Amino acid sequence: MEIRRRNDKIELSELDPFLAELLRQIPTSADPSGALAAEQRLFSSPTNGKETEFRSEWKMYVEPELRRLFQTATQTVATDLEQLNGNEKSLANRTLCIPAKHADAWLSALNQARLVIAAKNNFTETELNDHFRSPIGSRRDLSLFQVNFYGFLQEFILRETAS
Amino acid sequence: MSREPRRDGECLAQIKEIAGTSYANQKAGTITTAEPTIEKETRSEEDLDVPWQVVVHNDPVNLMSYVTMVFQRVFGYPREKAERHMLEVHHKGRSILWSGMREPAELYVQQLHGYLLLATLEKVS
Repeated sequence: MEIRRRNDKIELSELDPFLAELLRQIPTSADPSGALAAEQRLFSSPTNGKETEFRSEWKMYVEPELRRLFQTATQTVATDLEQLNGNEKSLANRTLCIPAKHADAWLSALNQARLVIAAKNNFTETELNDHFRSPIGSRRDLSLFQVNFYGFLQEFILRETAS
Repeated sequence: MSREPRRDGECLAQIKEIAGTSYANQKAGTITTAEPTIEKETRSEEDLDVPWQVVVHNDPVNLMSYVTMVFQRVFGYPREKAERHMLEVHHKGRSILWSGMREPAELYVQQLHGYLLLATLEKVS
């Protein structure tokens, strides 16, 4: 895979089917539905526990807004990812172009996906910092690879949008 | 978010508390003075709002560069200051990013949650 900034786009080329599939999974991976730990992480408490009235107001007024914000980001990413659904041969390498104006949506969706995967798998800090773990031998290893791959993309987008 | 009802509720609770104390003192036959009541009544909303802080907590998933970018965007901090806070979160587990009145503090917490950071609103102890 190659990744570069090209004018007003971030281009991911030479995407093999495995990485293309991981990218396709971003919107699904960002969905916390059915996993309490993931739901609690995306919608964490705004206080350290004492202000029950504030928390209930937060749940009523702020959480729906946050939910909409997160969904808008994942929908933008899902639309960009439609580029990977062409009629080309399934094993051919693909190219994905991310418009620079979608950078924030990508940062959010990648972050949501990383947090949800980490919460669902209950990854430890040691596991998350082990960037040289290989090969992928289990579903858990694959999820950890996914978190790191999405983190790498986040870093690149951050660097390119900052410069 | 609706904030006024809660603030009114707090004031109302204080008024009830003050009234209750005076009544209890009268009942017990003690002498009460008007000063404490006047002090409470003249406290402005700003005074009530002052001791709040926005705290960001450590999270092993969020990238350090991402957290720095969020601090720059939300608080308008220069990169060096944003990095200092990010490192404080990373090493000490939490950092106080801002303190002041309650209403802007709530809005900062809301923005930080929008960026998926673990942020809380805390009363300065």
